[in-house]
Amino acid sequence: MEEVSRNVTRAELAEAVYHEVGLSSSESAKLLDQVLEEVSKALERGETVKLSSFGTFSVRSKKQRIGRNPKTGVEVPITPRRILSFHPSQILKKQVNGEK
Amino acid sequence: MTKSELIARIAALNPHLYQADAEKIVTTIFDEIGSALSEGLRVELRGFGVFCVRNRNARAGRNPRTGEQVSVSAKKVPFFKAGKKLKDRLNAND
Repeated sequence: MEEVSRNVTRAELAEAVYHEVGLSSSESAKLLDQVLEEVSKALERGETVKLSSFGTFSVRSKKQRIGRNPKTGVEVPITPRRILSFHPSQILKKQVNGEK
Repeated sequence: MTKSELIARIAALNPHLYQADAEKIVTTIFDEIGSALSEGLRVELRGFGVFCVRNRNARAGRNPRTGEQVSVSAKKVPFFKAGKKLKDRLNAND
């Protein structure tokens, strides 16, 4: 299961941009939001987003299926929906295992 | 969309930046998420989603070609869970 660990937030990513690129911290924060927004918009259009050396985000469609309320046992239809999946690149997979 | 298309888009939205800066911005963001994950940290981006590392136990696997049994050691895998806002956006047009 998920381990409890410290969170890295937008603020810290924006700070990395600020250090690396030398933009003001407010502009760095704005650009971080822009990057996430452009990725979100592409996914909204149903596009796959491939970020080399990081991973791929893809949108898949699920058909309607019958689910069940686990508490009451009542059958309910689960509406068709689009779901997002992330496939990490080989590089990222190796990185989290401490390999180069 | 690819990374270079994303970079081009960021450069187009910010005419005051050099293309090289746009590239550095995009690269820094995803490199930074990667290095946080490699330290076992969780990256929470409200409205977008959460990146974290999950542990996979060691298991007995099989070479699908030869049927030979091999042991697969325990490992960590990067995992992403989309945030509620992003999930809702993907399903907004029903």
